[in-house]
Amino acid sequence: MNAVVELAPVVALVGNPNCGKTALFNALTGSRQKVANYPGVTVEKKVGRVTTPAGRSIEIVDLPGTYSLRARSPDEEITRDAVLGKLATERAPDLIVCVADASNLRLALRLALELKQVGRPVMMSLNMMDIARKRGVEIDMAALERELGIPVVSSVAVRRGGIDALLAALDTRLAANQATVASEWRAPDATALRGGQREADRVLRAAIRKAGHLDPGTAKADAVLLHPVGGLLILLAILFVMFQAVFAWASPLMEAISEAFTWLGALVGEAPLPELIRSFLKDGVIAGVGSVIVFLPQIVILFFFILLLEDLGYMARAAFLIDDRRDRLTTILVAPLMTCSARIPVYTLIISAFIPDREVWGFIGLQGLVMFGLYAAGIAGALTVSFVAKRLFWRTAEGEPFMLELPDYKIPQARSLAFGVWTRALAFLKRAGTTILTMMILIWALASFPQPPEGATDPAISYSLAAKIGRAIEPVTHPLGFNWQINVALIPGMAAREVAVGALGTIYAIDGGEGAAEKIGKVVAGQWPLATALALLAWYVFAPQCASTLAVIRRETGGWKWVAVTFFYMLALAYAAALATNQIARALGAG
Amino acid sequence: MTIIPTIALGDARVGFRGLITALDLARAPAAGLPPPELERRLIELGFVEGATVELLHQGLFGGDPIAVRVAATTIALRRREAMAVMVTDQS
Repeated sequence: MNAVVELAPVVALVGNPNCGKTALFNALTGSRQKVANYPGVTVEKKVGRVTTPAGRSIEIVDLPGTYSLRARSPDEEITRDAVLGKLATERAPDLIVCVADASNLRLALRLALELKQVGRPVMMSLNMMDIARKRGVEIDMAALERELGIPVVSSVAVRRGGIDALLAALDTRLAANQATVASEWRAPDATALRGGQREADRVLRAAIRKAGHLDPGTAKADAVLLHPVGGLLILLAILFVMFQAVFAWASPLMEAISEAFTWLGALVGEAPLPELIRSFLKDGVIAGVGSVIVFLPQIVILFFFILLLEDLGYMARAAFLIDDRRDRLTTILVAPLMTCSARIPVYTLIISAFIPDREVWGFIGLQGLVMFGLYAAGIAGALTVSFVAKRLFWRTAEGEPFMLELPDYKIPQARSLAFGVWTRALAFLKRAGTTILTMMILIWALASFPQPPEGATDPAISYSLAAKIGRAIEPVTHPLGFNWQINVALIPGMAAREVAVGALGTIYAIDGGEGAAEKIGKVVAGQWPLATALALLAWYVFAPQCASTLAVIRRETGGWKWVAVTFFYMLALAYAAALATNQIARALGAG
Repeated sequence: MTIIPTIALGDARVGFRGLITALDLARAPAAGLPPPELERRLIELGFVEGATVELLHQGLFGGDPIAVRVAATTIALRRREAMAVMVTDQS
């Protein structure tokens, strides 16, 4: 008997953005998938398992979408290196599947030609055949295989049985055990790219019997949604509704989670444990981590909206509508919506913690309104900064050009959407269980030691290191309306903003007394004047980004100089914004 | 022999239909990328000589950015980068 455990063959999915690659990945792997990060970069690594009809177990890797192996971003570098077998931590693919949108083949064919040069077995999966057919596209599969020189199958990721042909082809290709030859791929220059596109166009002419038309639905929708004025108004309306929903729909569930943690805390509070351990579990772990986990319903609703808009094909339109030709506004504005999953969830979290839940003008939720205002403030701030930056050092404000495919609108698939939300929710919980838990333990220790002397009269926390640190900064933050408890939370909040909320949960829990709220996750709102809450929000609009953002800046600029510049200018900006907010709000009577 | 006038795609209006005749990087000095990189990106998104283009939409501020149908794909880009794409009028 052969005792050697054979590793499952690796199949890599590569394709243009919007080619339906992720839907295909979901169809292939179902729930047998994992989302993590590639080591050292914030690029999502999606790996799953599938068993073929012949009983072969395969590892499927969904690589980031790209137009070329000539990588221009960290995501595309991962795709290039994975395809070339150069990722130190990953096994090289045994088979590359180039996923192409059957109704939009042209750019995919050029990518396929590039993939052929890598020297590994390659095949193509013509995805979304149903849509292509509906659009009147007729493809001669035999001609396409012949002219392209690689096996081609068709697939409909979203229909039962739609991937049977692909699964069968995976078996055939892997059974053929085609050898890998030395890679001939080199980063193409303009001449090579042009030659590649000409060749792709030739293949296209040979294989397409009938070309389709621009999707009439997309054309009609864009006439409205991309209207210079109307489109912008609709975008604002969508954001407004989205932010209202995030707060309104989540509150019953948040209430339930909060009660569960409060119950858990009470249970631990009565347990026969040494006082210090009881405080650690109750105030550090349960109050700290609990006050972050309470926000899970909001995260779920938020990602539901973001992924829905993305799957609809609307996100690229949103970028189009708010692009400004002079600077990097798009990146600044849309990035929080699309990529930096740390930012907007944290806003929702801070808002529900700090802004009272009540209605204004009878029907509009105050929390959702503040969220909308924050977003608008972010836009105004970005405009000002880019304007000033252009005056001061105009070269740095140049930035990336805006070049982006606007995919056809598609009806989102419930399954795909559910997977997306599920994996984000898991990631949030994982973060709460690791990073945030670690920080909470640290905060608890700072707030508990040194222990008060014998016969102390003040609350125990006032003898702690945390109180000393918080009070030391107080003269600086007093004009902002911040008290020492907030000061303590500000410092870890720079590493990850959601930690600030958890830290306040822990500090107030240890502080105890009549000031402490009775429910975890509801600790903070109502403890301070509204002016302080608004000032704290203003601080978080501009405060230095999560550590990962600074890491990206360092990599992009290749040095610490810009990291330092960014850090301190954001710190200064945050201080100024919080100061102005506090002073104005107090003058208006919100003190 | 008739001479068909060429213009830069960056100067075209909504509704313009044409054919790409050349990529002329010297025409896009304000682009946010060095010319060789801009050329590669344009080609990767399908802006190759002989491809049909149609200007579908434009943004609010200064008619920027623009949404262009290139063959069977819709691409959004700014006019300053689109200046490098030379087109003949076919409308």
